[in-house]
Amino acid sequence: MTNAVEQKFIKVIVFQLADKEYAIPVTYVRGIEKLMHITRVPKTVSYVKGVINLRGVVTPIIDLRERFGIKGSDNEDNVRIIIVQLNDMEVGFVVDSANDVLDIPSSAIEPQPEVIGSLEEEFISGVAKLDKRLLILLHLDKVLNPNK
Amino acid sequence: MEVNQYLEMFIDESKEHLQACSEHLLELEKNPDDLAIVGEIFRSAHTLKGMSATMGFEDLADLTHKMENVLDAIRNEKIHVTPDILDVVFESVDHLEEMVQDIASGGDGKRDVQSTVEWLKRIEAGETPPHHDADTEKATQAPEQTATTNLKLVYDDFEKTVISQSVEQGVKAYEISVTLRDDCLLKAARVFMVFEILEKNGDVIKSSPTVEKLEEEQFDSLFSVAFISKESASDLQQKLMKVSEVDVVEVTEIDVAAFKEVIEEKPAEPVKKPENVESATVPATPAQPEKKTSAAAKASTPAASKTIRVNIERLDILMNLFEELVIDRGRLLSIADEVGHGELSETVERMSRTMGDLQNIILTMRMVPVETVFNRFPKMVRQISRDTNKKITLEVIGAETELDRTVIDEIGDPLVHLIRNSCDHGIEKPEVRRQKGKPEEGTVELRAYHSGNYVFIEIEDDGAGINRDKVLEKAISKGVITPETAGSLTDKQINELILASGFSTADVVSDLSGRGVGLDVVKTTIESLGGNISIESTQDVGSTFSIQLPLTLSIISVMLVEIEKEIYAIPLSSIIETSIIRSADILNAHNQKVIDFRGKVVPLVFLEEVFEVPRNEAVDDEFHSVVIVRKGEKLAGLVVDSFIGQQEIVLKSLGDYLTNIFAISGATILGNGKVALIIDCNALM
Repeated sequence: MTNAVEQKFIKVIVFQLADKEYAIPVTYVRGIEKLMHITRVPKTVSYVKGVINLRGVVTPIIDLRERFGIKGSDNEDNVRIIIVQLNDMEVGFVVDSANDVLDIPSSAIEPQPEVIGSLEEEFISGVAKLDKRLLILLHLDKVLNPNK
Repeated sequence: MEVNQYLEMFIDESKEHLQACSEHLLELEKNPDDLAIVGEIFRSAHTLKGMSATMGFEDLADLTHKMENVLDAIRNEKIHVTPDILDVVFESVDHLEEMVQDIASGGDGKRDVQSTVEWLKRIEAGETPPHHDADTEKATQAPEQTATTNLKLVYDDFEKTVISQSVEQGVKAYEISVTLRDDCLLKAARVFMVFEILEKNGDVIKSSPTVEKLEEEQFDSLFSVAFISKESASDLQQKLMKVSEVDVVEVTEIDVAAFKEVIEEKPAEPVKKPENVESATVPATPAQPEKKTSAAAKASTPAASKTIRVNIERLDILMNLFEELVIDRGRLLSIADEVGHGELSETVERMSRTMGDLQNIILTMRMVPVETVFNRFPKMVRQISRDTNKKITLEVIGAETELDRTVIDEIGDPLVHLIRNSCDHGIEKPEVRRQKGKPEEGTVELRAYHSGNYVFIEIEDDGAGINRDKVLEKAISKGVITPETAGSLTDKQINELILASGFSTADVVSDLSGRGVGLDVVKTTIESLGGNISIESTQDVGSTFSIQLPLTLSIISVMLVEIEKEIYAIPLSSIIETSIIRSADILNAHNQKVIDFRGKVVPLVFLEEVFEVPRNEAVDDEFHSVVIVRKGEKLAGLVVDSFIGQQEIVLKSLGDYLTNIFAISGATILGNGKVALIIDCNALM
């Protein structure tokens, strides 16, 4: 990494769903909250867990594990809600744990390899290889689009 | 001058002045001899002219100026007020409103008002506009000959003064009409040559059509100019005849004596200069006797109350902040309850009371009198009655009734529609009314009043009423109802069929209403505001449309209920009462569980099933808590586990991500910080 100075970095929030690590650019993230009381909203799709009171704002909560069809970890202690904002929409993601803030060099990001072929594939904008870690970058637009 | 910072104020004030103009014009139409009203209009117009000139909106200032001239002539009893003259003045006010609107939305306030201006000028000169449709007349048409003089041209005060003064100084004034040959190709060029000759020999005072129009060749073959010169008439004629392609030149000397009298009639009046020159026209209005004819006019005198202007955005912010406080109040109340500390409870209690007062003040601050919506209707009804040749008077009662601004913003269009509907379909033509033994003039009454937590707006007409059979027939043919159900409908239900979508009973589709898309939109809008609409009608006697609206939309009273562990809020406005029923009282009718509630069969809605509330174990209670809710005439019983109590809550939206959730109209935050959903009872019926 001789020319590291010239390299562009993306700051991301890294979180975990089951055994995989995912990343969202920090510019979308409004905050990370501990799990709090979620009010169920009837007649919605299963991954919409309901709404929370986020400092006076009623915010919908999506369970990413259910959205991607992953079985989450049993340990509920580390479960966090990541509040993201896209356009004017504010939504919370339930994740198994939120562990890191990282700078990833844009050169480390590769497009999604096509062979994976799992349900979550279409929500992924790319993967980043850092040393021995593999981060999956999320495509927020698609995650929040209820038609997908 | 940097004027942008004043723009908002300018727009606000212009709107107020235009509104004042319209109101007083309507009044003037009723009392054409009351010159005090003219004075009022004149004052508003004058201020508006001054403001728009300062702000650099010259078109606006110019049109106002022309209108002012007419008003001035009326004030000085030179012109008698007739509906036709008022038509033109109304048209000018309409144009002015459009211009202000344009400026408000970022435009430059420019608008083509040639024909109106032309008419204003002609009225000022003493002509009577033709009945109606002044604007369809060709603006370029040369003014007709006036009866009093032989002149073809019409002069304003300034021009008259100039002409008389020149004559006094020994210069002759002529009116020259030039007719070009029919086969003339370059009319503009010939006009130019004529003007060149004229300008060498004297001064052109005025031309008709205007010079601009002449240059654009917007005239047939004849044009006239007023001209002062030392040359003799025959010399001028010969000189002009030398221009090729000129057919006829007529030179007549202007008889100054004819309009000298007119000028002398008002010697105190300062000389008027056309366009833009502002200072000379300051009228002697303060001397006007302060005679007010109606109570309404008295109420509108600005000195009556001290007010400041506050940006609505700031009020919205204030409201939002207060909503936060309401949530915290709920929280404090429940904490104080838990802790059971005497002093804490007392303080919280006192704070709650103060907040209650504060809430009232904030809510009333956001209240706007319905007048702001109502005030455009008199003019609209006047226009409709002239368009349809019906005689309609609009009576407005309770315009001072106040409503939340958010409601006011939404209610305008539905009301326009309903009033048009009443005028168009309700009120009959004068001859039909005579046959029915009713007065020729129909009345539409617009009423607003407070009652409890609601505001009622009613539109009553003494027109044809709703034809029950015709409505039924139409509803069946359009598939709104089936012939079988038709028999069981009450009169009221039949009346309300006209609010169903895809319904229009007018035999002839007019441009006023009758497209069949209107009344259902009215209904939807009103329901989305949390209100409802009902109709009462008697054939040949008239109809009443009654709208019930909540006072405010942001803080509402609800009943909190519990189902398993979930808490839901039901707006008090839809609740009739709560009751406890035994399982044995539940009856079955067509797979629908119903109860007998005070002699009425009321269907039961088990919220637990509708909302798919997860239950750990099935409960089989002997008793059920039921909330009886209402939508219009329909009742339903919502079955819940238990009642928690009544509370004031702040309405919050579920956000952009969750839209169109079934039977949920929004959410609120409870005292314990949790979110509770608000049930939309209308969707459950």
